[in-house]
Amino acid sequence: MENRAIFSNKLLPYLLILPQLAISLIFFYWPAAQALWQSFLVQDAFGLSTEFVWFENYVELLRTPEYYQAIGVTFIFSALVVVCSLAIGLLLAIMANRNIRGIQIYRTFLIIPYAVAPAVASVLFIFMFQPGLGMIARALQRAGIDWNPVLNGTHAMILVVIVAVWNQISYNFLFFLAGLQSIPRSVIEAAAIDGARPARRFWTIVFPLLSPTTFFLIVVNITYAFFNTLGIIDTATGGGPNGATQTLVYKVFLDGKAGSDLGGSAAQSVILMIIVVALTAIQFRYVEKKVHY
Amino acid sequence: MVEHRRFGNLLPHLVLLAGVIVVAFPVYLAIIASTHDNSVIANGQMPLYPGSHGLETYWKTIVSGTGKTTRQPVGAMLLNSLIMAAGIAVGKIAISIISAYAIVFFNFRFRMTAFWTIFITLMLPVEVRIFPTYKITSDLHLLDSYSGLILPLIASATATLLFRQFFMTIPKELVEASKMDGAGPMKFFWDTLLPLSVTNIAALFVILFIYGWNQYLWPLLITTRDDMQTIVIGIKKIIDVHDALTEWSVAMATAVLAMLPPVAVVVLMQRLFVKGLIETEK
Amino acid sequence: MANVTLRNVKKAYPNGFEAIKGVDVDVADGQFCVLVGPSGCGKSTLLRMVAGLETVTSGEIDIGGRIVNQIEPADRDIAMVFQNYALYPHMTVYNNMAYGLRNRGMPKGDIDTRVQEAARILELTSMLERKPGQLSGGQRQRVAMGRAIVRQPKVFLFDEPLSNLDAKLRIAMRVEIRKLQRRLSTTSIYVTHDQLEAMTLADVLVVMNGGVVEQIGNPLEIYERPATTFVASFIGAPPMNLLAMQPDELKVRLETAPSEAAILGIRPEDFLVSGEPGGVAFDLTVEAVERVGAETFVYGTRQREASSVAANPGELAPGELIVRLPGASAPAIGEHIRAVAPRQKLHLFSADGRRRIEI
Repeated sequence: MENRAIFSNKLLPYLLILPQLAISLIFFYWPAAQALWQSFLVQDAFGLSTEFVWFENYVELLRTPEYYQAIGVTFIFSALVVVCSLAIGLLLAIMANRNIRGIQIYRTFLIIPYAVAPAVASVLFIFMFQPGLGMIARALQRAGIDWNPVLNGTHAMILVVIVAVWNQISYNFLFFLAGLQSIPRSVIEAAAIDGARPARRFWTIVFPLLSPTTFFLIVVNITYAFFNTLGIIDTATGGGPNGATQTLVYKVFLDGKAGSDLGGSAAQSVILMIIVVALTAIQFRYVEKKVHY
Repeated sequence: MVEHRRFGNLLPHLVLLAGVIVVAFPVYLAIIASTHDNSVIANGQMPLYPGSHGLETYWKTIVSGTGKTTRQPVGAMLLNSLIMAAGIAVGKIAISIISAYAIVFFNFRFRMTAFWTIFITLMLPVEVRIFPTYKITSDLHLLDSYSGLILPLIASATATLLFRQFFMTIPKELVEASKMDGAGPMKFFWDTLLPLSVTNIAALFVILFIYGWNQYLWPLLITTRDDMQTIVIGIKKIIDVHDALTEWSVAMATAVLAMLPPVAVVVLMQRLFVKGLIETEK
Repeated sequence: MANVTLRNVKKAYPNGFEAIKGVDVDVADGQFCVLVGPSGCGKSTLLRMVAGLETVTSGEIDIGGRIVNQIEPADRDIAMVFQNYALYPHMTVYNNMAYGLRNRGMPKGDIDTRVQEAARILELTSMLERKPGQLSGGQRQRVAMGRAIVRQPKVFLFDEPLSNLDAKLRIAMRVEIRKLQRRLSTTSIYVTHDQLEAMTLADVLVVMNGGVVEQIGNPLEIYERPATTFVASFIGAPPMNLLAMQPDELKVRLETAPSEAAILGIRPEDFLVSGEPGGVAFDLTVEAVERVGAETFVYGTRQREASSVAANPGELAPGELIVRLPGASAPAIGEHIRAVAPRQKLHLFSADGRRRIEI
């Protein structure tokens, strides 16, 4: 970072930086350290004494079938959300990149889902998919499908995936559009003259040049699927039925609320922390590479 | 694209139209539902066009409460959400801009340490440190308070990074000219830097306001009193009473109200919003 | 046969703006045609219409006897060199050149032969594995040309390919392009705003202005007998001196003068300072002198106040003439000189500048 030592005050910079540092220390570092510390502890049945047990909590976690289920659920959920929302976002961006009339109107509509809170989006979809009175639920019923997300794990997963994808479309759309618009038109024209039809042009020229954006969005979408979807899951399925939609983060939330296994819950948090740090690190290292030209 | 298309620009329009329908339909349906009588909805008989109970439902929702599920009229919740969202947006911007200012324009001993300390907070969303943070907030007696809602969420570093990036593009000559004119650091900040940063601040405000308004997990945990609920939590409470007792017309009206401010902000300030979104991710 | 013929080609945009107002051009097989003109004259638009990147509102574009208006760029058998080269940034030089051939399903061995050959001609062989980002401007330009020549198309199209190069490189590349084109004898259409480039490269020169063709011909012909005052002042640097003259004044200087007002044109390089009988003489006071080493340009004002010059804006002040003198000798500022234009070097145009009058 370059040195712009412009002002030479000694005290002022510390004062300026104090608020943010204070907040970060109190509400970020201290809790994070606490979580780390607690993950190495075990409380007795009455919550009276605690014992330092090194990695026992982690080992215990990795022996619980529910934890593996949560890992599986998180994996499937994230994969579905990432793939679907990226594909749809990309498709819409490609179509919006042609110079057609009314593009402003389309764009205005397409960014609405971003502004809707995940929990509220969830409610909107619950309304449509509610067995009995939801419009889509009834249509499915008429088509012979016994739609019931309360009892059927797969249905529950489908429901939360749909909500999450709907919520993320705007973000991916905007970034893909920006990425597409940064490709010089003359390169596309050169490819056209070089005999490449639209489909071939897309796969050999546009898609490779879009790869930094794509990679960036994959990381962001994974982070979204892991963490920001808590509101959706809590409102729509509560993690059920039988943990079918219980992602790792949701499990931390539920276990923490129940309060019975502080150490285990903390251990789960720490594992998640490591995952996020890894994801963010990848994102930052790759964002440095940026675009081709 | 360069080709002559036999069907003109039909395909993009079709796809985009389909996209818009998928995007708008849930919202549209919610608006429709909020204008019908609840019994019609519960019977699964709700039509696709608006009904006549709109005014009545909204009045019930905002002002008088329903006695069954929301003991709290939504009007108060809207206020809470507004305070929280605005507080988070303003708070984040305020502490980030002065931190970025310190890091870019001053040379002090722990500058790099401070920078990294702030930078690392990017890495952990509130969901991972939720329970210890709750405990601390509780210890500080900030539960069920606006400060408790706002303070723990303004810790993150995205805004600081954005401002830092922007400040680094300010030409050194501007500062030097300012100094020659006799301005000290704070004067420079108020008179020169702040006016230059207005678009960035506005763009960030849009993004952060939405972020704050849409918060779920944190308000859920730390507010137990009904009069401190935000509207996003209010919705969850309404449909928590599953199935038969859920007053859907009220629920949908609440949803519409919950969506209105952030959607309005995004639509009206579209350009700023898109700029803010893309800048914060670079 | 790969001639290019444009018949009454017009282009209008949806908002009503007419970019091309009816252009007829005939480029024979193997000829190098240059479209030249100021910014906004429509030359690039015309080129892109030949390429198929812009639609034709009316008229016909004929390549090799085939009308191509409705045919996609990929199927016109043309290759184009763009102003900013438009190389594929994520591909190596080799793949940049091979891309077009792969799209046409050419066998790998043949592709390799062609690419290697083109690389050899353009001295790119050592750079085949590099990416465009690692090349200099001149090298990228050669890759862009390589990409065009491997296709062995019927027509080469060049859209101001040298504009982004520094002056020295531009001159060197200009010669290379010409040599290359002669060697391959492919019909070429080249767009530039630089009249010097136009003069040195063209077999057929097309001077355009405001969407219409002002004159077509070979460069020397256009230089010696410009058809309009626009062409007269655009081609040749420094520009031709143009003087609006009333009939009586004309009669004084030219016995066979027409009876209406006209514009008299004399190129700076056609003046003689030592007295010569039979020409038109001007008495000038020297205002400024530019010495460039091999020649000297003298800016002088006429003794009498003259009427304004009829050529493009930004030209000489009323009554000012430019005279070229060989070598480095030059008159002093304020000195009086007499500049004489021989009769056979005079140009005469109608008062509106649109028509050449023969003397």
